[in-house]
Amino acid sequence: MWHAGPVSPATLKPAEVELGEPEQEDVPEQDRPWIVIVWNDPINLMSYVTFVLQKLFGYSREKATKLMLQVHNEGKAVVSGGTREKAEHDVARLHSHGLWATMRQD
Amino acid sequence: MFVPSPIERTKDGDFRLRLSDGERELLASLPAELAALIEADAADPGLRRLFPPAYEHDEESEDEFRRLMHEELLAGRREALQVLAETARSDRLSAEQLDAWLRALTDLRLALGTRLEVSEETYDQDIDPEHPQAFELSVFAYLSWLQEQAVEAALSS
Repeated sequence: MWHAGPVSPATLKPAEVELGEPEQEDVPEQDRPWIVIVWNDPINLMSYVTFVLQKLFGYSREKATKLMLQVHNEGKAVVSGGTREKAEHDVARLHSHGLWATMRQD
Repeated sequence: MFVPSPIERTKDGDFRLRLSDGERELLASLPAELAALIEADAADPGLRRLFPPAYEHDEESEDEFRRLMHEELLAGRREALQVLAETARSDRLSAEQLDAWLRALTDLRLALGTRLEVSEETYDQDIDPEHPQAFELSVFAYLSWLQEQAVEAALSS
């Protein structure tokens, strides 16, 4: 009943998640911008993550691929940022596309 | 052997679907199953990947974020799942419908992948027919393959 393939393990394969704490600089809290982070997960496809970054942020194929590979290889990548409101909006859009995104002050 | 792509952009800018009856049956029925789980309890741990926290270490901000965004996220998920179910037997998809397919396939894979405790090794392993979850693993592999094809079609010009 199912198609047997062609599934390419290289493109479907995700990487390990590495969590790290941010280093915070000595700037008044309200002045520090917010950043949006996409975390690696073992389910979303690499091609799909690239597609979503292109679609939501208008990034070029090259930039979106570079960010996706950073997520894949380093466990996470900062994909956007700005005011708190913009960060919340971006996180919600990423969540609506099934990506694992969080936000915090830089 | 040449295998035509199951989802292919046409000259008109929409997408041609080439799927078997069995595939269409599956794609028409799975969305209702997930939609029922979401309606029953969106906070179910099995659905945690569909509704991850925005704020990891700030409960108050997270509560506020959920209050503002949760209904919209729920509505978007319901709608995409409905589009997949309703168009699973179509021959063509509009660009908007393909976009809904991509999101619905993602949600199905997130829910199923969480239940199956998918890891990166899962993708390298053949499915043992004696495995108690062999059927679900097959469905997951199929949805992964189909989504890869759908992304390829969406990015094609």
